[in-house]
Amino acid sequence: MIELTGVNRVFHLGDSEVHALRDIDLQIAQGEYLSVMGPSGSGKSTLLNILGLLDRPTTGHYSLNGRNVSDLSSDEQAQVRRERIGFVFQVFHLVPRLTAAENIALPMVLAGIAAEEREARVRQALADYDLSHRAEHRPEQLSGGQRQRVAIARATIMRPVVILADEPTGNLDRASGQEAMRLLEMLNANGVTLIVVTHDPVIGERAHRRLQMDDGRLVLDKRHEAG
Amino acid sequence: MKPVDALRFAGRAAAGYPVRTALMMLAMAIGVAAVVVLTALGEGARRYVVSEFSSLGSNLVIVLPGRSQTGGLGPSTMLGQSERDLTLDDALALLRAGSVQRIAPITVGVAEVSHRALSREATVVGTTAGFIEVRRLQLSQGHFFSQKDPRSAVAECVLGALLRDELFGPEPALGRWLRIGDRRFRVVGVMAASGQGLGFNTDEIVMVPVAAAQSMFNTNKLFRILVEAKGREAVDAAKNGVAAIIKERHENKEDVTVITQDAVLGTFDRILTALTMAVAGIAAISLAVAGILVMNVMLVAVTQRTGEIGLLKALGASNGHIRLLFFTEAALLSLAGALLGLALGEGGSAVLRQVYPALPAYAPAWASAAGVGIALLTGILFSILPARRAAGLDPVLALSKR
Repeated sequence: MIELTGVNRVFHLGDSEVHALRDIDLQIAQGEYLSVMGPSGSGKSTLLNILGLLDRPTTGHYSLNGRNVSDLSSDEQAQVRRERIGFVFQVFHLVPRLTAAENIALPMVLAGIAAEEREARVRQALADYDLSHRAEHRPEQLSGGQRQRVAIARATIMRPVVILADEPTGNLDRASGQEAMRLLEMLNANGVTLIVVTHDPVIGERAHRRLQMDDGRLVLDKRHEAG
Repeated sequence: MKPVDALRFAGRAAAGYPVRTALMMLAMAIGVAAVVVLTALGEGARRYVVSEFSSLGSNLVIVLPGRSQTGGLGPSTMLGQSERDLTLDDALALLRAGSVQRIAPITVGVAEVSHRALSREATVVGTTAGFIEVRRLQLSQGHFFSQKDPRSAVAECVLGALLRDELFGPEPALGRWLRIGDRRFRVVGVMAASGQGLGFNTDEIVMVPVAAAQSMFNTNKLFRILVEAKGREAVDAAKNGVAAIIKERHENKEDVTVITQDAVLGTFDRILTALTMAVAGIAAISLAVAGILVMNVMLVAVTQRTGEIGLLKALGASNGHIRLLFFTEAALLSLAGALLGLALGEGGSAVLRQVYPALPAYAPAWASAAGVGIALLTGILFSILPARRAAGLDPVLALSKR
């Protein structure tokens, strides 16, 4: 489903060039559960940004569902993000002035979905993520675990085919982190491709397929059986 | 993205930063209020002058000695110099013109008016019985001149309200004799207090028959002749008739100026409208200043909300969406500020009307509409740059900012 061929990403910092990604070739099938691990600056976030169409490879191709998406215009890429990709961030990135329900509805607002349908889907999502009693609360009134649940609900509300999670447990206590991972893995069990970037080997080892990165290169690609 | 959703999102964003929003609205409000109040002032002044002229009596044709080339108000018309004087006979001859209803010749001078020990300098207006009708003046006591023959110098006078009070105090004035210059006159009437008046104030004058005034000031000249036409349509005919009669009597020389009320009114109208426009233009500059503030505030908002913009992009907002949201926010703030300014301006005009009841300080509709329109336009125009900057943000960098 996801296919990266010969992807390089070079940043220019002043006079020096930084190779964040070097010759990445990667195939990911629909429904896979991957973790991407590696030290800081190894390029895992850059990889995630490229997979999420937030960044473009300097060279190489990215094809999603058989469509070359690296050459799309920014508006077309926005549409792909809107319809196919869900993001979960370490810092949640909830809009502080909007309620939990409104934060969850935001991708549907951008997609121009009618208010009645939005309401029905948000209500369902709130129930699924055990947030019904917090629907009208703003992020500052929610616990970290609740915030991440709102963020996960928001990432899934458009029913994407792939969820990209960047350190989803980084700002959570252990119990909340476990809960967030459980929810993400449940989505994966229902067929959504899940890609988790993390420092935490405990989290990383839950994935069925583990990528190890170092200095912009994929140095390890290991498959494990579930469990 | 649906427009109603964009509107709601932008509204929430504006409400989320109350100080910023209040400042921006205030800037817009001051600009719009300035336009509204200043045009109300200008328009009020225009209406005041127009109504003052109308109260002089409509259908009025004024004959001035002297000729000005343009036919309007010129320096020579004010000085009243001419080859040949305008006389009482000229004035009476004007009654021959078919479209003339009545006339009132006027001669003006200053003399000492005294009653017993009290005396003061006053403007003496010599005129005829027709004056009170031509000028639409009101008497509070007695009657105007009873003379039938305008050439007779009957010793009657009519006092202005203020002059009456100063010379007689609480005593009745009617029927008393007073001295004007070296002559004695009997008070037959007192004018109603008019409060204000354009030109001279009828409260502080004394009126005597024109023949008496002419002999008092030892002249046969007239200051001017007021001619009332037989209706609004007859004004032009009266003007031409009057000019022709005077020309004939002055050996075919056009040495008088005949102006109509409309011409004078039109001139003042044009001057004051131009003044109003100029003042409105100056006020509109404050709207441009407000626009620059809008730009500043929106640029700060872009910086403040960088992380949020990154998030919106990650959630699939296109650059157009981001621009739309910032435009909508700027437009909302400008509109709210403009409406606030409109309310402030109308309130300010109402206060003006309270303080100066004579001034009908109502802002014309075009000024209010233009004020709000320009506010919206500048708000949107000056948010182009911030909106473009927001849309152009790199999502990865934006997301890494908190």
